[in-house]
Amino acid sequence: MENKPRKLYELTKGIIKENPLFVLLLGTCPSLATTTSLEGAIGMGFLFAFVLIGSNVVISLLRKIIPSQIKIPCYIVIIATFVTIVKMLSEAFLPELYSTLGVFISLIVVNCIVLGRAEAFASKNSVGASLLDGIGMGIGYTLALVIMAFVREVLGTGGLTFGEIFTFLPYVSFTPLEKFAMSIFTMPAGAFLVLGVILAILAYHANKKANLERVKAKIEKEKLAKLASEAKEA
Amino acid sequence: MVVAFILAIINAMLIQNVVLYRFYGICPFLGVSKKSNEALSMGLAVIFVIVIASAICWPIYHYILVPANIAFMDTITYILVIASLVQLIEMFLKKYSPSLYASLGVYLPLITTNCAVLGVAQGNTDTNLTFGMSMANAIGTSVGFLIIIFAFSCIRVRLEASNVPKCLKGIPIALITAALMSLAFVGFTGLIK
Repeated sequence: MENKPRKLYELTKGIIKENPLFVLLLGTCPSLATTTSLEGAIGMGFLFAFVLIGSNVVISLLRKIIPSQIKIPCYIVIIATFVTIVKMLSEAFLPELYSTLGVFISLIVVNCIVLGRAEAFASKNSVGASLLDGIGMGIGYTLALVIMAFVREVLGTGGLTFGEIFTFLPYVSFTPLEKFAMSIFTMPAGAFLVLGVILAILAYHANKKANLERVKAKIEKEKLAKLASEAKEA
Repeated sequence: MVVAFILAIINAMLIQNVVLYRFYGICPFLGVSKKSNEALSMGLAVIFVIVIASAICWPIYHYILVPANIAFMDTITYILVIASLVQLIEMFLKKYSPSLYASLGVYLPLITTNCAVLGVAQGNTDTNLTFGMSMANAIGTSVGFLIIIFAFSCIRVRLEASNVPKCLKGIPIALITAALMSLAFVGFTGLIK
């Protein structure tokens, strides 16, 4: 019974508390390059999650076999295998997604999150925990990409468009604010700007929380001091 | 031919700048840009590795992978070539040029996971460039990386000292600065017709 909350934690920690992009600041390259449209971001998130889950499980299975001197090359080969699988699958079934993401599918190999989770988590934990960790981190990264892409697409094109990359969906384009679209947000500069502002907002909230706790602690301390002095007087 | 070579270098260096336009190598761009001399060493090490890696990966793809009909193995091959190349360069420098090793040594292992190296090698063969053009792409990209990481480190020294709002301190203001730099680099677009 005691194990259950911990397992749930492995799944949920990647989503908010240890969000790979916003908190750990890993894997920034694809997050800037693939978030011009919401669909591209969702596609990238799924491909990334698949690679992460697959490599986490396999590395965790092999963790007692891989000698520690050559563990990094072994991890890279395992990750590259999954990337090749994802590349071939997306080229065959989602050619639009493949051509939109381009070289960034291959670049999942050198994404610090995948190698980082392999080294920091999968090489030390059981298969189940690694699977949950991979799912959580995958969801967290996808969520971060979706947030960035949403902001960029809405501000950059004045609305949202579906069906351009996922061609199996009907083509729906809803751009009520097209007149006010700021194309800077679909340009590379917009990517840096959006990520910078999101990180600033998160830092603002973290600072506020820390301040609040500091004030609370101070009040508590004063109360205690007051009580102690009163007790002394009495 | 020479003109096309030089134009390709300028294109890869300024117009499609590796960090600000193609988004390769953001991690070292943010991580190793706090001091100018560190940024310079990192940039030089990256030039070294990207040029050699591209010069090795192109023949491997065209003379081994394609004839053997296993072109889909390109990513795995490249990353192994890059990883072992970085290791070799490190060993070579340690033995024959300790002074260079002292300045570049720490950054070499980091380069294995720099997406610029794999991105250039992969891009060269994905877009079917000739050997000359892919070398131009490699040289332009890596020199562009050096320029941008050095310029950014000089800005960052000033940013650290300046009085920005508390929540913007560190990475957020660095990213917003990068956005402005990226806008400035859009100005190079008209350089080549």
